[in-house]
Amino acid sequence: MRALLIRDLRLALRAGGGFGLGLAFFLIVVVLVPFSVGPSSELLSRIAAGVLWLGALLACLLSLDRLLAVDWEDGALDLLATSPLPLEGVVAVKAVAHWITTGLPLVLAAPVLGVLLNLPGPGYGPLVISLALGTPALSMIGAFGAALTVGIKRGGLLLSLLVLPLYVPTLIFGAEVARRGAQGLDTSTPMLLLAGITCAVLALMPFAAAAVLRVNLR
Amino acid sequence: MSLWEYANPVKFLSLSERALPWLWGGAALCLVIGLGWGFFLTPDDFRQGSTVKIIYLHVPAAFLAINAWFMMLVASLIWIIRRHHVSALAARAAAPVGVVMTLIALVTGAIWGQPMWGTWWAWDPRLTSFLILFLFYLGYVALWEAIEDPDSAADLTSILCLVGTVFAVLSRYAVNFWNQGLHQGASLSLDKEENVADVFYQPLLVSIGGFVLLFLALVLYRTGTEIRVRRTRALIAREERASGLSPEVRDA
Repeated sequence: MRALLIRDLRLALRAGGGFGLGLAFFLIVVVLVPFSVGPSSELLSRIAAGVLWLGALLACLLSLDRLLAVDWEDGALDLLATSPLPLEGVVAVKAVAHWITTGLPLVLAAPVLGVLLNLPGPGYGPLVISLALGTPALSMIGAFGAALTVGIKRGGLLLSLLVLPLYVPTLIFGAEVARRGAQGLDTSTPMLLLAGITCAVLALMPFAAAAVLRVNLR
Repeated sequence: MSLWEYANPVKFLSLSERALPWLWGGAALCLVIGLGWGFFLTPDDFRQGSTVKIIYLHVPAAFLAINAWFMMLVASLIWIIRRHHVSALAARAAAPVGVVMTLIALVTGAIWGQPMWGTWWAWDPRLTSFLILFLFYLGYVALWEAIEDPDSAADLTSILCLVGTVFAVLSRYAVNFWNQGLHQGASLSLDKEENVADVFYQPLLVSIGGFVLLFLALVLYRTGTEIRVRRTRALIAREERASGLSPEVRDA
């Protein structure tokens, strides 16, 4: 498992654009928001938390279609499926690697972009915590979507259609934490619910994703 | 005689052919009675005026939109556990009907909401969760269309249906948490206290019955079509094999 994780990370690093692309996309989304809603700092500080969450979610979505497709095309996935590591483990490791290359940089970049959007002072802590809690769930759900559409040519758009509704609960609770934090309210209830969703997704989703992948590898 | 005998496509088709005229007829009768009674023979509501009458389309459509998904869930489970093709095809046949029902519920709701709430749309939990349900339906239908091999398509969409159900229920409660609503509470719970007044309730039940029969008829009809399409494809494939046109045969 560790070898697979290191291999995936190394591939993402050397292929270039693994870390950078998602981050650049996140930055561009955040920059485009003031252009579209106007530069009023009062308005921006009210929507900052939600925009950052939405941007992180879209940046996560962007790289999903390569999550399994590369290994599918060159046949590495078939080898992984016949390896002693169970397919559930393979999918989970792939999701973790995706999170490290996409989710983690987003979490770290979010406070910097929060400054751009005039995020109120007490909002930074909850924003980072909620993103750190929520993005692993996004990666894992995305791995399920990627497994579902891996056999389809040009499945990228379909992947978004399938994955985005599944993102709704995570987004609701995550953005709620960030928004309440920015208003200086108590964040513990949505935070616990968000953590619960992430734990459940991490525990159960690998099974669904592996089942789907087995069908596709048949 | 067990229920599983109807997993045999031939038995299923002969049963559905016998049942279909009754279902179509019953649906037409119930809809004419329920909607006619509801539209022309019930009094106007003292507060909502005649706009209340859209309830005879709105509530049955919403009821079926949810239960069509539930039926797809059961059919998907049967396909995953017992591998009956008819079951997978029935789930496939039900999905577009569910899409239309969801759309009817959303549109009639908007038309009703405009005079009553003064807005076509509000981000109310019930409305929002219906919109999310609609997106789930779209994804499900799109996945069926995208995959060529029928058996893997059935497998993948069944798993999507299971996972989607969990997330749809989760979203239902998440949106409750996220915003307070304009929509009234349940109008059809078994608890008598909560229901709408009897004058409106009786024709409503009849039109719900009509919608249910219509749904059953559509699903049986569409499942029959799917079975025949698949049979035709098998026949064409066999024909091609026999005349040696298919590439596998030529290469061999």
